[in-house]
Amino acid sequence: MAAVAGVLHARVDARRYETNAATREAPWVRRLILGAALSFFVLFLLMPLLAVFAEALRKGWFTYVTALTDPDALSAIYLTLLVAAIAVPLNLVFGVVAAWTIAKFEFRGKRFLTTLIDLPFSVSPVIAGLIFVLLFGAQGWFGDWLFEHDIKIIFAVPGLVLATVFVTFPFVARELIPLMEAQGREEEEAAVVLGANGWQIFWRVTLPNIKWGLLYGVILCNARAMGEFGAVSVVSGHIRGQTNTLPLHVEILYNEYNFAAAFAVASLLALLAMVTLGLKSVIEWKANQGVTATD
Amino acid sequence: MTFATFFNPTRQTRVLPGFNLALGYTLVYLSLMVLIPLSAVFIKSATLSWSEFWAVVSAPRVVATYQLSFGASLLAAAINAVFGLMLAWALVRYRFPGKKLIDALVDLPFALPTAVAGIALTALYAGNGWIGSLLEPLGIKVAFTPLGVLVALVFIGVPFVVRTVQPILEDLETELEEAAASLGAHRWQIFRRVLLPILLPALLTGFALAFARAVGEYGSVIFIAGNIPMISEITPLIIITKLEQYDYVGATAVAVVMLVFSFLMLLFINLLQAWSAKRTGRNR
Repeated sequence: MAAVAGVLHARVDARRYETNAATREAPWVRRLILGAALSFFVLFLLMPLLAVFAEALRKGWFTYVTALTDPDALSAIYLTLLVAAIAVPLNLVFGVVAAWTIAKFEFRGKRFLTTLIDLPFSVSPVIAGLIFVLLFGAQGWFGDWLFEHDIKIIFAVPGLVLATVFVTFPFVARELIPLMEAQGREEEEAAVVLGANGWQIFWRVTLPNIKWGLLYGVILCNARAMGEFGAVSVVSGHIRGQTNTLPLHVEILYNEYNFAAAFAVASLLALLAMVTLGLKSVIEWKANQGVTATD
Repeated sequence: MTFATFFNPTRQTRVLPGFNLALGYTLVYLSLMVLIPLSAVFIKSATLSWSEFWAVVSAPRVVATYQLSFGASLLAAAINAVFGLMLAWALVRYRFPGKKLIDALVDLPFALPTAVAGIALTALYAGNGWIGSLLEPLGIKVAFTPLGVLVALVFIGVPFVVRTVQPILEDLETELEEAAASLGAHRWQIFRRVLLPILLPALLTGFALAFARAVGEYGSVIFIAGNIPMISEITPLIIITKLEQYDYVGATAVAVVMLVFSFLMLLFINLLQAWSAKRTGRNR
């Protein structure tokens, strides 16, 4: 399932189509397509985003700030940051290693391995949570052993981390594999001939070549890690102040009909989403500059 | 047979270092984090006999969730195929104000946490919301009905079609259309006979990706759906409901049905992408 989460690609200038009689539509067709496309955009993307901020500020700034500085909200912010700080680096290291294996070597079963890496994207988040309950829950495979040794995974932070690692598993790898495959291995092989060792090749040759793609994958991975709801909802147990991440805190407030507070916390996550999209655009621009500079 | 000889039967010489270590790490981490946990679902469901399994997954309340989840997901993916194609077309071929911003915001459903999307859509489409209050006088209720499920699934599927079709459109050489035009084809014929066949594999891939994602979606749907059994309950929610009743085996049985479907979709999407790569000469 490649090519979706946004593999870097260059934008073309639309002028080239608009000035060419063969690639241009009649003005009324153009207006129709543009009108339908923009209405769809406003209805399904812009309005939900605006609604978050409008609802968050409906009862004024005081309520807004109170909701965000509530101790339960602060502990949810801390927990969300903690979970992402563990899950993202784990998948970052895996992504680089897996991409190095798949892109730089030929071996049997390579395509199959790539498909397996993409697998978590096609599994429902609810099932991603369920599998860890089956393994580590009270009735799970390791339930008795964990109970005897007084280790809590489900309804505790380790469960949240595991579920988050699962749902964000492919992000870095799938961004790097096509990029590193396209770059080939000539530069690394030249470095070997010149006497470089593995670490030197990676830090001096490979990493500079993949830095934008890597950053891109990390940003998307982080956004999903901080925003995951379904999978962590299953393993969290919803203990206020202890196992509530930000998205779960939004749900609790919402279900208590505390809408202003729910949207205030949601607006933090919406800001995170906008920062993510902004960084993504900057990286695309930077990466394309790099491409045109070396062309 | 050693580890290295299985994966590299031809034993070609490798110049770059680290193959065994990197492959070993990849396989161990993949197994620990993904494959072994996923296998737990199948092993757990094997504690049921076939007839018990069938009784769980074909209970009327469960079947009603399949109908809603699969039906609404198909419809949402179809809506996205039509409007996603138009949006991709507008972004590649037209100039208009705010284009860069719109292009960036297409990925919003990937970046916005699903719970946030869920409550935002509910606020918009509830009877007193910006859109809901316009539809209510017309007798159309969206929030807390199956229509609400559809709206949420359209939202989360937006980027899939746009982002699979857009790069293909950008790579298209204008010569094809120029040749068709010089042979006397008018614009609709060019689209229908020249462009659509080239775009079709990507369009279908985007449709399938949006469909697969929609079937498993949970967070954005549960707030707006109302979750009324037999009417607006989706399949992932029934798994949660069973878990909350400590019915682990029942939850697992429904999960197996969903997983088998996901694997089939994954296979289908891989075939589609192979077809797409062949047709457009792109290798992704």
